[in-house]
Amino acid sequence: MTAAAVFFYIFSAIMLASAFMVIAARNPVHSVLFLILAFVNAAGLFLLAGAEFLGMILIVVYVGAVAVLFLFVVMMLDVDFAELKRGFLQVLPIGAVIGAIVAIELIMVVGAWTTAPANLIAIDAKAPAGITNTQALGQVLYTKYLLFFQASGLVLLTAMIGAIVLTLRHKVVKRQSIEEQNARTPETAVELKKVASRAGV
Amino acid sequence: MTEHAWLWSVLWDLLKSLILLGCVLISTAVLIYGERKVWGAVHLRRGPNVVGPWGVLQPFADFAKFILKEPIFPAGANKVVFILAPLVGVVLAMMAWAVIPVNEGWVVADINVGILYIFAVSSLGVYSIIMAGWASNSKYPFLSALRAAAQMVSYEVSIGFVIVTVLLCAGSLNMSDIVRAQDTKYGLLGWYWLPLFPMFIIFFVSALAETNRPPFDLAEAESELVAGYTVEYGASLFLLQFLTELVAVLTMSSLTAILFLGGWLSPFPWIPIIGAPSVFWFLIKAWGVVFMFSMTKAIVPRYRYDQLMRLGWKVFLPISLACVVIVAAVLKLSGH
Repeated sequence: MTAAAVFFYIFSAIMLASAFMVIAARNPVHSVLFLILAFVNAAGLFLLAGAEFLGMILIVVYVGAVAVLFLFVVMMLDVDFAELKRGFLQVLPIGAVIGAIVAIELIMVVGAWTTAPANLIAIDAKAPAGITNTQALGQVLYTKYLLFFQASGLVLLTAMIGAIVLTLRHKVVKRQSIEEQNARTPETAVELKKVASRAGV
Repeated sequence: MTEHAWLWSVLWDLLKSLILLGCVLISTAVLIYGERKVWGAVHLRRGPNVVGPWGVLQPFADFAKFILKEPIFPAGANKVVFILAPLVGVVLAMMAWAVIPVNEGWVVADINVGILYIFAVSSLGVYSIIMAGWASNSKYPFLSALRAAAQMVSYEVSIGFVIVTVLLCAGSLNMSDIVRAQDTKYGLLGWYWLPLFPMFIIFFVSALAETNRPPFDLAEAESELVAGYTVEYGASLFLLQFLTELVAVLTMSSLTAILFLGGWLSPFPWIPIIGAPSVFWFLIKAWGVVFMFSMTKAIVPRYRYDQLMRLGWKVFLPISLACVVIVAAVLKLSGH
């Protein structure tokens, strides 16, 4: 067994175990932490597959930014775990039935997949020799798939604008004006008063 | 020999990693002592001067003190996460050093995506702080963790764009290639600090914010949050948190030296002996940046939180984004 195979099994085992723990953990914060562990191990699998750029980007984007926000939200929730667990057994049969149906559907859909012969070659396609993974990705992303790349950017932009529109409230809040604060000088900020004795200001 | 070649390569990598870790830890001790002496000098105090000659053994005395203390766990703390947080932090801080080249070929892992690796590892570092803050189950650490996380995520964006400008000029994500790309006949004038001058300043300031150093140490603003996410920690676990921060400072300084100050290249390549590239130049540059970090802590007052966020999102982000476009346009038009 080569070193790559050993690492493959290590990463896969940890990933599957932590994916299971995401749904099994009682504490939602632990769930998110297990999710992050699963992401990191997925990045490890990307590295083993030779997709070093994707592996690093997965960590930077999903683990470093998206999952941080997940964790933020979950930490802020005031969850009563006892309340959450109550009635778990009553809904368990229904949940199990629904889960089984979804699982069967998924198996039927995925089992019916066939891959076009032309694409089978593409699956094994390695980056051309002499250029790095990153360059190879950049060369197709910004030439052949430029339109899709730009379109997905627009989709994200729309989502961002939507989120801002939904949450923006123009409340009256006290805002700090840095320009105004920086423009203050001792002459404008400090006032010296001669106070007469026993007269007050 | 041949059938065990992989074993030897693993052992060799292990040895290299151990040597590197040893050097990083010793540098951390030097950093603790040096910084306190610098602050002492700036404040007209003496700094550490009791343990050992000129107080040089002070870091080791601190180390022994932390190790020998009894670890205390708050009753309401989430124990597993509480212990895991500093461990995650220190491992990640050390991990980044795997791809940092200190001289031509002196690097543990010379990978193609070196700079992305550093970026990924440093973006994971925020978890150590969030986990510590949450697991402490206490107000101040939690507030501090929220602050630290927001701050690190914000400044990572501008650091990312600054790095992109460097990558555009160097044309590679490999750290050693980035240094080699700065090897021009102009010596220190050819390093990226001059052609990308505003980026150099933005990178330095963002590095201060990214490592939660003053004037951006809002996460441990003692006047508001006692000591932030480290409040509930003591003994060895606190030592690990302390170590994480200091190693992050060393990492960021080395990164500045590599990206903008030409790594191991000599500033005067035309002079015979000192013109040769060597590890000493790297050390001089990296420690020079560390010195700037220390001086900043000694002389600059702390930012207010809204000022910090404004600086990150409304000043640095537009400037660095514009610079990415400008640098790309200049490179394209000048035919690189």
